[in-house]
Amino acid sequence: MAYDVIVIGGGLVGGAIAWGAAAKGASVALIDQGDIAFRAARGNFGLVWVQSKGAGMPAYAHWTRASAELWPELADTLAGATGVDAALRQRGGLAFCLTDAELEERASLLTRMHNESGDIGTRIVDRDEIRAMVPGIGDRVVGASFCPIDGEAHPLHLLRALHSGLLRLGGDYLPGRTVDAIDAAPNSFTVRIGAERFIAEKLVIAAGLGSRELAPLVGLRMPVTPLRGQIIVTERLRPFLDYTCHTLRQTVEGLVMMGDSQEDAGFDTSVGVPVLRTMAERNTAVFPALKEASIVRVWAALRVMSPDGFPIYEQSERYPGAFAATCHSGVTLAGAHALALAPAIVAGELPEHFAAFSARRFDVPTH
Amino acid sequence: MFRRIEPAAADIRFSYEGREIVAQPGDSVATALLLAGETSLRTTPISGSARAPYCMMGVCFECLMEIDGVGNRQACLTPVKAGMQVQRQRGARELL
Repeated sequence: MAYDVIVIGGGLVGGAIAWGAAAKGASVALIDQGDIAFRAARGNFGLVWVQSKGAGMPAYAHWTRASAELWPELADTLAGATGVDAALRQRGGLAFCLTDAELEERASLLTRMHNESGDIGTRIVDRDEIRAMVPGIGDRVVGASFCPIDGEAHPLHLLRALHSGLLRLGGDYLPGRTVDAIDAAPNSFTVRIGAERFIAEKLVIAAGLGSRELAPLVGLRMPVTPLRGQIIVTERLRPFLDYTCHTLRQTVEGLVMMGDSQEDAGFDTSVGVPVLRTMAERNTAVFPALKEASIVRVWAALRVMSPDGFPIYEQSERYPGAFAATCHSGVTLAGAHALALAPAIVAGELPEHFAAFSARRFDVPTH
Repeated sequence: MFRRIEPAAADIRFSYEGREIVAQPGDSVATALLLAGETSLRTTPISGSARAPYCMMGVCFECLMEIDGVGNRQACLTPVKAGMQVQRQRGARELL
């Protein structure tokens, strides 16, 4: 089978690029593994989060902001085409601080990002203001940072909408397939899976943690490693939160999710009580009433992390037509992946400012 | 709709929506209410549609009720006690 674009990796990154390419009129195949895949997309917390993204890399801060701005168009288009609502809500985001030291550190991060990347309205709210904004805040909260353009979405609905949207645009979703080999030549790629052959002029490696092995086959480098995150989910509760919080959000169905743990645990996706306890303690310090809520689920999943935590987007120099795409913010960046990155890939060239996202940055000696 | 297969023992009385319900020792709240002819014990958080106990063994979470002031309690796993105050669960549990 021959296509304009083959995307390897059917998660949120690959799904958004595949759908975006199909929306530009390209014939697209989305090759996905089976349920044995690590699937960061299915463990995602669901933030569309801007305020703290890109300190030290203004290109990433701007890319994140662009994605947050493109998200409404993505959500509306997908809902119109597929009937699946990704439940986007951009009501502003809060990151709570429990000590004066935390608040000072947060304030200096905001100042730094403001200076590096410009003003997006992020500000520190003090003890009194936060209590006026959010009912039920605990005594230990000394303040928070607030960003008016932060928000959240439903990761599983988004993933389903992208896959469904791709099919409706005539694309092929090909699950249950692990790539055996790629025959690469400039603007000509043959993906071999068992006896199957898939041919395309353009190839996108968006296979999450699997990208590390696949990228060198087409002259790219994607040195990503796993970073485990655990999530706690409570029973459904009457909506009590008008904002998205960095470590806590209430879904449209009323579930309260707590997250944002980070552990280097290799490829181990098991949950552990010590980390879950720390997460519960912090979030019940912010909202003491949550101590009465029952926990109904916990899970762990693996983030896909580059050495500096920033995304990698790059076209292969050796095999033009092959592109790398990876990040740990598959929900936040979905708008940009679908509506900005995918059209650039279809056009065959990444914009000049994408040079900042090249894996070559890992070769530069630090001073 | 339902009837007991064993003869009644001692009575336990509790309140459901202000109405007195007569139950037996060992009954769950869900059992007692089904025997009393009550089949809609809650409404769902999203659509507000009516729900009744289904699995009667603690796995389906269809029988959530407000029992002694605490919401989202599984009526099929809660033994009746004299004087208990039971209410229908209307939508999601309120915490704040």
